[in-house]
Amino acid sequence: MGRSTTAKDAEALVHSLRSAYSATPTNLKIIDFYIAFAVVTALIQVVYMAIVGSFPFNSFLSGVLSCVGTAVLAVCLRIQVNKENKEFKDLPPERAFADFVLCNLVLHLVIINFLG
Amino acid sequence: MALEDTQEKAVRHAFGNVLSLFVLLLIGVFAFSIRLFSVIKYESVIHEFDPYFNYRVTQYLTKNGVYDFWNWFDDRTWYPLGRVIGGTVYPGLTLTAGTIWWILNFFNIPLSVETVCVFTAPIFSAFASWAAYLLTKEVKGVGAGLTAAALLAMVPSYISRSVAGSYDNEAVAIFALIFTFYLYVKTLNTGSLFYATLNALAYFYMVCSWGGYTFIINLIPMHVLLCIITGRYSSRLYIAYAPLVVLGTLLAALVPVVGFNAVMTSEHFASFLVFIIIHVVALAYYIKGILTPKMFKVAVTLVVSVGMIVCVAVLAILIAVVASSPTKGWSGRSLSLLDPTYASKYIPIIASVSEHQPPTWPSYFMDINVLAFLVPAGIIACFFPLSDASSFAVLYIVTSVYFSGVMVRLMLVLAPAACIMSGIALSEAFDVFGRSIKLQFPIGNQTDDVNAGNSSQVSTNNSVKQESEKTENTLKERPVKKSKKKEKEKEKEKEKSESTSITKQIEKKLLILPFEASLVAIVLLVLLGSFYVVHSVWAAAEAYSAPSIVLTSRSHDGLHVFDDFREAYAWLRHNTDVDDKVASWWDYGYQTTAMANRTVIVDNNTWNNTHIATVGTAMSSPEKAAWDIFNSLDVKYVLVVFGGLVGYPSDDINKFLWMVRIGGGVFPHIKEPDYLRDGQYRIDSQATPTMLNCLMYKLSYYRFVETDGRGFDRVRHTEIGKKYFKLTHFEEVFTTHHWMVRIYKLKPAKNRIRGQTKKSKSKTSTGKNNQKRGTRATKKNPYP
Repeated sequence: MGRSTTAKDAEALVHSLRSAYSATPTNLKIIDFYIAFAVVTALIQVVYMAIVGSFPFNSFLSGVLSCVGTAVLAVCLRIQVNKENKEFKDLPPERAFADFVLCNLVLHLVIINFLG
Repeated sequence: MALEDTQEKAVRHAFGNVLSLFVLLLIGVFAFSIRLFSVIKYESVIHEFDPYFNYRVTQYLTKNGVYDFWNWFDDRTWYPLGRVIGGTVYPGLTLTAGTIWWILNFFNIPLSVETVCVFTAPIFSAFASWAAYLLTKEVKGVGAGLTAAALLAMVPSYISRSVAGSYDNEAVAIFALIFTFYLYVKTLNTGSLFYATLNALAYFYMVCSWGGYTFIINLIPMHVLLCIITGRYSSRLYIAYAPLVVLGTLLAALVPVVGFNAVMTSEHFASFLVFIIIHVVALAYYIKGILTPKMFKVAVTLVVSVGMIVCVAVLAILIAVVASSPTKGWSGRSLSLLDPTYASKYIPIIASVSEHQPPTWPSYFMDINVLAFLVPAGIIACFFPLSDASSFAVLYIVTSVYFSGVMVRLMLVLAPAACIMSGIALSEAFDVFGRSIKLQFPIGNQTDDVNAGNSSQVSTNNSVKQESEKTENTLKERPVKKSKKKEKEKEKEKEKSESTSITKQIEKKLLILPFEASLVAIVLLVLLGSFYVVHSVWAAAEAYSAPSIVLTSRSHDGLHVFDDFREAYAWLRHNTDVDDKVASWWDYGYQTTAMANRTVIVDNNTWNNTHIATVGTAMSSPEKAAWDIFNSLDVKYVLVVFGGLVGYPSDDINKFLWMVRIGGGVFPHIKEPDYLRDGQYRIDSQATPTMLNCLMYKLSYYRFVETDGRGFDRVRHTEIGKKYFKLTHFEEVFTTHHWMVRIYKLKPAKNRIRGQTKKSKSKTSTGKNNQKRGTRATKKNPYP
């Protein structure tokens, strides 16, 4: 009996999550998709490392951290561009995107240097 | 009316800005000048020991370029092992000085490398004061910022490590530390990703400069955790922290000294742990935002039950991995910070450095003086109101006080925190007292109106005006009177228009103290400040400006200058071959390679304990055994520092017990009790025979009795035990003018060994007879 209520609860939860999420605007969904893509890429790299071994370690580190880094930066962009966020209502989204690009530039410069 | 109002406000705002800029410029000039005492009193020379290594590295960089510097393998030190300079040095300082030199030479300003190195520290201390201004401005406001900058410019603890000539990592590292903290707080306050990028780059500069960067990468996660726990999570916190971790770890891994330690040592695990935690919290807040409260509760119960199991499993794996390493993944130095007794038990080299001892109580008063009791006032002021930035400042001061209590060297990290806190405290105090004086200035019947008008003005005006008020309050009477007059005119107009707001704002009570009390209090605070300034200037001039390579003493017939060290290194440089190896205790390694340009066996880097123990054993052994050890290392010259003739207390005989301890730690036949009589360390006639026969004793006191007839050691205050002896395996080649440095040469091996040969060991009784005769024959030393 407890099982079915939790299963029903889980189902209701998933349903409500899905319905709430579909209400988000399209530009935010694009950013979310990019974040998911970056995280999946990082996971693939970790699995590959587990299979093949971690030499050379700096390449593995730079690869994984570039995916994680760009995901984090995309989350920051999403925070700043989200219209429901009161703290950033007077920040033009172009400025947010420019910051995102700048930070990504620095990140990838470091990555390429560290890739080895 | 309104237009005049805004115009007047703009003019006062502009006036305040120009004034604070001017004050900042003066603070920078002051910070630079107060550090020049050693250049004025002695000469423009590099101090101490470590700066000589940095100077030599900078010389190499300027001569050979960045690529050769990055890949440099130094074979003139730690003979025969060598040292990979590119991979074991923090390059920030040398690259900074090299860049400054290169820029100056590009504009045809021919300053030598030595001049640039000597003056790098004062320049960066001016920058550090400006960075402290920026940081405190983010925490509290412009007035506090200026006060903090002025305090940091002359705090004795920072002066001690950044005088002109002290060319060490801390000279640029403290600037990088404060600047990184400023950018972090700025990102926290504004939520701008641009400042987050700058923050990561400033952190990179800090990692390049000093091993103390681990303080930053542990303090910031601690602060983020504190904010999350106290319910101050916001998206700005995420933007301030998450990019820093990723970019910061990558940038730290770029520096060869850190390399993969950035992801593998326990010093960085805190940042990763908090990285995970902040993502979980961010996700939780996001889901809370898009779900209804009922559904959120369901989600929470579901997630908690599943998540707990996963968390426990991951934690168990992590603990198993960390616990499997004997030091739990921490490096020796960091572990000795967390557990102060660790170093003395396991790593005697770390315990022997005088900078690593805990500080005494008076050293707090000597090093941060008046700030020591302004800091608690500042901590309280930070709580009214408590913001993210002020909670960060409080956390910073608390952690730095703990670490400064462990190691006296870390008083340097305490100094900026103390200055920030004291700046806040002083600024708040001046604010209250100035306001009390201004509002109660005896005008007669207008006191009430002035009260109400001013209280409404102060509370309704925006922070801009408040800041300009504060700047004026930090100065003295005249500007206060000027602003008071302006406000009196303004409040008359405003009173009519804002009658309703006045009644509302009167509820907001501003602290007004009695007039005479505040006047006296301001006078006393100014007096306190003057005591601080006097002490700082005295400390800079007398206590911290000694170059320690040149010593002076005053006597009845004038000033004596002891330039023995440079005399000895110059002798070595001119009278020995380029490839000769010099053995000495590790203190003098850097200076020997830099000034004498000879290969040394051990130096101040102390990375190889066994090698140092070898030298220590040699110094503690009798002559023959020492000669064998030195000969196996290809040593040609042995250098000994001796202060007995002039009373120089930091000589090798005083350091000798550490040689015994370190040597005994690796070679068990050296036992410390052999050198002590009744647990006491002595070199007089009561000393043990092991002590009187060891190499250090002999090399220090050889022919010492010829100086005054009875061999009175001015440092140990006794006559020496063994006065007349000859050296069998060493010969003296140079002793400096005041006998402070003595250089000996190893005598070459004898061609024939009288009587005793190697084969005789396995022979019969005839061999034994030979041995007996041999030993009797070689025992010819008339002065045992």
